[in-house]
Amino acid sequence: MELTIGPNQFFWSADIWSGFYDDLARAPVDRVVIGELVCSKRLPFYQDRIPEAISKLAAAGKEVALTSLALVTLKRERKLTAELADMGVMAEINDLTVLAYLPEGQDFSVGPLVNVYNEGTLRWLASRGARRICLSPELPIASVARLATAAEELGVAVEVWGHGRLPLAISGRCYHARLHGRSKDNCQFACEDDPDGLEVLTQDGKPFMTMNGVQTLSDSYACTDHQIETLRSAGVSALRLSPQSNGFMRLCELYRQRLDGSIGKGKLAEEIQTSNPATRLSDGFLTGTSGVDWSGAANP
Amino acid sequence: MVMEIVCPAGTPAALRAAVKAGAHTVYCGFNDETNARNFPGLNFDRAEMRDGITFAHQHGAKVLVAINTFPRAGDEAIWHRAVHDAEACGADAVILADPGLLDYTARNHTGLRRHLSVQAAAANADIINFYAENFGVKRVVLPRVLSVPEIAAINSETEVETEVFVFGGLCVMAEGRCSLSSYATGLSPNMNGVCSPASHVDYRQDAGVLDARLGGYLIHRVNKDEPAPYPTLCKGCFSVGDKTGHLFEDPVSLNAEKLIPQLQKAGVTALKIEGRQRSKSYVAQVVRNFRAAVDALDAGRPLPEGMLARLSEGQAMTTGAYKKTWR
Repeated sequence: MELTIGPNQFFWSADIWSGFYDDLARAPVDRVVIGELVCSKRLPFYQDRIPEAISKLAAAGKEVALTSLALVTLKRERKLTAELADMGVMAEINDLTVLAYLPEGQDFSVGPLVNVYNEGTLRWLASRGARRICLSPELPIASVARLATAAEELGVAVEVWGHGRLPLAISGRCYHARLHGRSKDNCQFACEDDPDGLEVLTQDGKPFMTMNGVQTLSDSYACTDHQIETLRSAGVSALRLSPQSNGFMRLCELYRQRLDGSIGKGKLAEEIQTSNPATRLSDGFLTGTSGVDWSGAANP
Repeated sequence: MVMEIVCPAGTPAALRAAVKAGAHTVYCGFNDETNARNFPGLNFDRAEMRDGITFAHQHGAKVLVAINTFPRAGDEAIWHRAVHDAEACGADAVILADPGLLDYTARNHTGLRRHLSVQAAAANADIINFYAENFGVKRVVLPRVLSVPEIAAINSETEVETEVFVFGGLCVMAEGRCSLSSYATGLSPNMNGVCSPASHVDYRQDAGVLDARLGGYLIHRVNKDEPAPYPTLCKGCFSVGDKTGHLFEDPVSLNAEKLIPQLQKAGVTALKIEGRQRSKSYVAQVVRNFRAAVDALDAGRPLPEGMLARLSEGQAMTTGAYKKTWR
C-alpha cells in the first residue's frame, strides 16, 4: 500500500507552508497533493511558492497532484479552476466543476470531497479520465470494498482517508469570520492563527468539531491503524494522510512502518496517543456505528 | 411568466392540499432511502405516487419525484427502480444528485425530464452547463450558498432553468457535501436521506434545565420554560474558547418572500418551498401565500405584506445567503 499526502486544509504562513513541503520531500511517502482546497482567499499568500514545492517533491521522486477548491462559486475561483487543467501536473478534482474545463480523456484524480458512492459514478468518472479516487471518508468498509473491486476492473486506484481530522462539511459562510463578528468578504484572515483549526465543544465541554474558515472538520483524528489489513484485502491501494502542524513527518514514518509490517496493529495509535494524550482518534465511518467511533483503546 | 411555485408533499394528503391551494408543481419521493427526506411515516408508495400524479395532472399541476440520495455501492438497482417507477407513474421530472444515476437515467430514460438536485451543490454556471451537456439536465436547484447577484450572473450564462429555495428549513452547509450527521449518528443525508435523525435525539430535563442531545452530543441547553428547538447539528449552541453561541447558524429558517421580485429579475424560473415533513395545512397555507405573491407580481401589484409571519411560529427568519453579508 502507498501513502498519499492530502492537501493542507488549514491556513499556514508561506514560510511554514514551504518548510512543510521541504520536509515532506524527505518523508517516506509516494504522492503529494498540493494547493488550496478550502478557501480561495488564502491562496495569494503562498501561491508563488507552489511551483518550487512541486519541483522539489518531484525531484525527490514523489508523484504530485494539484487540488481544486472544494466549492467553486466566484468568478476568480472559476478562473483558478479553469487554469488547473493546464498546469502540467495531474489535477485532483474536489469539485466536479473542474470537469467542465478538463479536455475529455485527460487523466485526473478525484479527491475525497467529490461524492463517489457507487459503481455507476465510479464508471462514469473513469470514462472521463479518472485514474485515482480517494473515497469520501463517510463510506463504510462494505462500500469501500465494492468500489475497490469495480475500480480494479477499470484500472483506477482507490485510496481511503487514512489519517487526520475528517472534512465533514463545506459552506458558503466563514465560521471563523462569524466568530469574530465579521463577514467572509471582510474576514481579515481570522483563520490564520489556528494551524489545525479551532476546537468546537458542546456546552458541557465535550470536544465535537473543528472550525476551519468555511470548512467544518471532526474534532477527532481519523486513524486507520486498526483497519489496514481490512483495507488491504478490500483492494485499497493507498492511504491518505492529511497534513497537521505538529509531528507530521513522524506520522508519515509510523504509517510507513505499519504498512511495511515493522510495527504491528495498535502500535501506531499507541504512539500517537502517548505522544499527544489530547488527541482523540476515530475510525467509525469504516467499521463503527457512527463516524466518531474508535475501535482501539481509549487514550491513556 | 408567473414564477413557478414548487411545493413539498410528504404524504398524498399534503399533495392534494398543495395542488388545491394553487401549487404549480409538487415534489415528493418514494418511501425509502432514495430520497433526502426519508423519515418514518412520510413519502409515497408506488400506488400512492401514481394516484397522486394523476390527481395533480387532473388539476393542471406537475409532480417532480426526488431521487436525490447517493446510491449505495452494490445496491444501485434500488435507485434505478425508483427512476423507472417514477417514469411509469407519470412523473413530470426526476430530481437527481448522483452523477452515476444521472448518467444511467440519461441513457435509459431519455424521455424523462431531469432536474439537478440541490444535493449536487452545483454552484456556478460552468458546472451547471456541464450537467446540461452531459446528462441533459433542464433545471438546477441552486445550493443555498449563492447571493441574488450571483444567481443573476448564473442565469445570464446558462439556458438551464434555475429553482431556488424561498421558505422553510435552511442548510448552512453546502448540500450533499455534509457528513456532520453521520459523524455523530451514523446516518447522513447523502447515504440515508436523513439529517440529525429523531431516532438519535434525547431530551432530558434536570433541575429546571432541558438538554437536547443528538448522538450523545449536547446540541441545545435551555431553561425548561424556554422553547426548545429541535437539535439540528449545525444550528446548535457550542463553545469555542470563551465564546458560546450558535457558531454555525442560529435556529432560524429561511424566508425570502421579500426577495421574490429580485429573484424574478435575476431570471429564476421556480421558487421552492422546503418541508416534506410538514403538515398538509402548513403546506396549503404556505402555497396560498406564495401563489398570491407571484400572481401579484405578475399582475404588477405590490406583494401582500408579512404573509408568512404566523407560520414561523415565533421562530427567527433569515434570507440566508441571498444577502451577501450572511457569509
